[in-house]
Formats: sequence, structure tokens, C-alpha cells
Amino acid sequence: MTGRLAGFVFALAVAAVAGPAWAIVEGRDVQPQDFRSEAEKQRFRHLIKDLRCTVCQNQNLADSNAALARDLRRRILDQIQAGKSDQEIIDFLVARYGDFVLYRPPFKRSTWFLWLGPFLFFLVAAAILVAIIRRRGAATAALSAEERARLDAALRRAARDRSAS
Amino acid sequence: MTPRTLIPLAIFLLLVGLLYAGLHLNPREIPSPLIGRPAPEFSLPRVEDTGQTFSREDLLGKITLVNAWASWCVSCRAEHDMLMRIARDGRVVLYGINYKDELADARRYLARLGNPYRASGHDLSGSVGIDWGVIATPETFLVDPRGIIRYKHTGPLTAQVWREKLVPLIERIRAESGTAQERQG
Repeated sequence: MTGRLAGFVFALAVAAVAGPAWAIVEGRDVQPQDFRSEAEKQRFRHLIKDLRCTVCQNQNLADSNAALARDLRRRILDQIQAGKSDQEIIDFLVARYGDFVLYRPPFKRSTWFLWLGPFLFFLVAAAILVAIIRRRGAATAALSAEERARLDAALRRAARDRSAS
Repeated sequence: MTPRTLIPLAIFLLLVGLLYAGLHLNPREIPSPLIGRPAPEFSLPRVEDTGQTFSREDLLGKITLVNAWASWCVSCRAEHDMLMRIARDGRVVLYGINYKDELADARRYLARLGNPYRASGHDLSGSVGIDWGVIATPETFLVDPRGIIRYKHTGPLTAQVWREKLVPLIERIRAESGTAQERQG
């Protein structure tokens, strides 16, 4: 454990000393002039909106500035220009990164709860609500004969008071 | 205390349990769809000698660890000692995918820290990395003699991962392909 910690501290120290010299090779991002038509641009935008950046995880490919996101955007545009369909491009990404790249995961055995969960919760809540309302209804229906007599008397008194005034 | 008043407490405890379990999940561990599939086809110039290539063919016939690394990757340095130990151990042959790195930087890195790899492919554009589904270096793939990816580890390789995950799997692959190994001598 201490060896691992020491190794990590060493790595940080080395990185701090040698940091500026070692840098990731940045790929060229997709530029506006790369689009051959407005339709192509719309298709590209539509695709990257629903694809997740796997590095940053809570951003889509459109918003992310990570090096991998740039490379993937480039790759996606290349595939659009090579005449690939949207589904082929999505399949390409899913084959490498899994359903995780999709912000709209497909409906299957491992995702049914994700899709149906909210509706199940809603049904449970609705069932509880109905049960509560039923119970309250039952409570009013179950007036005893004596209670009913008192209620009738009270109502008669109220009606008399109103006609008297 | 009637059973009914305990319901909110039960829900609360359930939530605590879920959140507690969530604390121990690593969001970086995304299950790779490549496991159980053939390693992707690729061909890259070798970092050590760009005149030579490193390709999928090099992985066949032996158990290999393919490690995606880069000189700019801090976690790669953290695991480097472990990679050197694995290379000395000799149970697997290590290959590298040098991901989005300058050739000079990569060579300097290996010269300074030691080279555990039989060969590293220089993946300047990162496109082979994309084919392997590399998300962030370091990532390590265990590939069997038929070229099938059997395991993927995300993040620095530790002695614990080596001991508990990789070694048992290596033993199993050895048992599966025992005859093939013997023939190779």
C-alpha cells in the first residue's frame, strides 16, 4: 500500500517536473468549412447530440472538448461523408464503447427497468393514492345508525335556523 | 410503533443502502463490448523502430497483455513499475499501444523508465485506440492465443488486479489451450 502511494507521489513529482514537455497530441476538430452541405451539418449535429462522451461521461459529444470527443466527432463526420447511415455510425460506436455511448439506450433485458421504472413508480403511487381515497370513502360510508340519526338531526336544525332568519 | 409507522424508516434505510453501494461503484468501469470478441485488426509503426509494424498478427499464439499508454499520462507512470514486474514475470507478453503521443516523448519515456513491452505501436491519431474502445489511458487488455480479448482493466494496473483478476484468468486460458502451448514448447 505504501509502495503504491510512494509510486503515485513519484509519478506526480515526475509529471510536475516534466509536465510541460509531455503533452497529448491533439487531433484536428471538425471545422465549419468541413461540411459539404447544410443537410450534412444538421445530420452531424443531430448525431452528436445524442451520443455520450465516454471520457467526461456527463457531456454529450457535441459539448465535450475532450481529445477523444474531438477524434470521435472527426470520425463521425468522416463516416457521414463516406456515405454511412446514422444507424451504421451508431453501431460503429456501440461496438467499441457499448450502449454507454447512447443517451437513448435501446430497450432490452438489461435496460427494461431504466425505461419502465418511472411508469412502475407512477403505478405504485397511483395504487397507494386509490387505496387511501377508498379507505376514506369507506370510513364515511360506515356511519352507524346512531351517527346517522345525529347527523339528520343536525341537518334539520340547520335548515330550521336558516328558514327562521 | 405499528408496522405502518416503520414504512418511512424502511424506505429511508433502503435508500441509504443504495447510496452506500453507489459509493463503491467506479463510473470509469464501463463494461467493454469487446470482451469475448476478436481483437480488432490494426497495423501501426513500432515506437522502437518505425520501419517495423506491430499488428494483430503479433498477438496470436501466446497470451498477451495489450496496454494503452502515453508519456503524458500520469496514471501510466503509476502503473509502470507493475508493468515492469509483469514483463519480468514472463507469464504474458506485453505489447503497448502508444496513444496520441509524440514519438520522441514516447521514446524518452521508455528510455527513462524502462521498456516492459515487446513492442509498442505508435498510434499518433488515436484511431487504433478508438477501435479498441480506449476511453482514457491506461487501459489493459488480456488477449488469448486465438486473439480473443478476454478481460479489460481500466486505470492503473495494480498488484491486486494482477493477482486477483489477471493471474486466475491467465491460468484458465493456459488450461484451455494447454495442448497448443505444449506444441510451441
